[in-house]
Amino acid sequence: MRIFNDSDPLAGRTGSYTLPPSQTRQAAQVFSGDQIASLLSEVGVTHVITVPDSTIGRWEPAIEQSGRIRLVRVCREGEAWQVAAGLYLGGATPLVMIQCTGLFESGDAIRNALHDWKVPVFSIVGYRSYLDQAKLPGDTCLVFTEPILDAWKIDYRLITSPSELHVIRDHFLSCRDAGKPGAALIGE
Amino acid sequence: MTTTSRIQLKSALETLWRSRRDDEVVITTMGSAREWMTLGEPHALDFILVPSAMGHGTSIGLGLALAQPDKRVIVCSGDGSLLMNLGSLASIVAANVPNLAVIVFDNGVYEVTGQQPTANADFCAVARACGFDSVHPFTDSTSWSNGARSALDAKGPTFVSLNVEPVIGGTAPHSPGPTAARAKRFMEALRR
Repeated sequence: MRIFNDSDPLAGRTGSYTLPPSQTRQAAQVFSGDQIASLLSEVGVTHVITVPDSTIGRWEPAIEQSGRIRLVRVCREGEAWQVAAGLYLGGATPLVMIQCTGLFESGDAIRNALHDWKVPVFSIVGYRSYLDQAKLPGDTCLVFTEPILDAWKIDYRLITSPSELHVIRDHFLSCRDAGKPGAALIGE
Repeated sequence: MTTTSRIQLKSALETLWRSRRDDEVVITTMGSAREWMTLGEPHALDFILVPSAMGHGTSIGLGLALAQPDKRVIVCSGDGSLLMNLGSLASIVAANVPNLAVIVFDNGVYEVTGQQPTANADFCAVARACGFDSVHPFTDSTSWSNGARSALDAKGPTFVSLNVEPVIGGTAPHSPGPTAARAKRFMEALRR
């Protein structure tokens, strides 16, 4: 039995996908839960459907306490897109909040909800290892996350600093107005 | 599992068709969608989930039930579909949606792919373990016909299991039309 030997998985990153200098800052410090909850309330999000990771999970208490957004916890990320589709069809304004690892398992749900049924769900996706490359050296999330967002035709903005909160708002509103899916990819 | 007392799929759906109230949403997928579309003129609140994703009818139903708390949402799923998204039962209970009913048409096979056997599961036990309080197994057409409405009227989330006969030669359903247009009509019907 042979083991696939990929000594440098990040060499698989090509083209426009570029890595930042190695950093150890965590995205939990990029935005607070209050900032995210306030932003989502401002743009009219009614439901956040989520499977947490260690960054975006810390935003949950603030979102729940906002009183204007209902947090819907699901067991696996593929569910999240379809719950969001049902919410959208029912007249709500849902947002999916997951980590990129969950994006990888979401493929068929994304294909069906966003592309078969043309439901323009917006998402916040945690980008594991983008900022902190020391914790999981060679993390293949860095190889696959952006190409997969492109493959699923999800227009995304990469967010890596506290000064970029407005980018999430602007992109959300732009996608909403255009009636298309979009994502904010939050470096972690 | 014996097949001798199983309900015919079409008969089971006819009972639901007769029992369904005018303001209730009915989501069908795979075999249930195929047969539902043969029963009569489509209802404005029918959501024929064709094409679908892997067993996600229950998830779309959860979203609809959350968005439309004054409407009862009935999801028709197969056992194969439900096995692909079993965690959704726990998500449904966690979301506490009293207006959602899940009906599993358990025929023991992946019907549309050629009758390959599904993993044998006691779905009612799973539903109870996930926290469903309203669980209703039906193994014959008479009890389903007599009990359908009261099961659907129970405070949910509700889980109904129907022991149905596989449809020999049953194929995947054809889409009844362009998805975007159907989604738009459905959304408009929900607003009325």
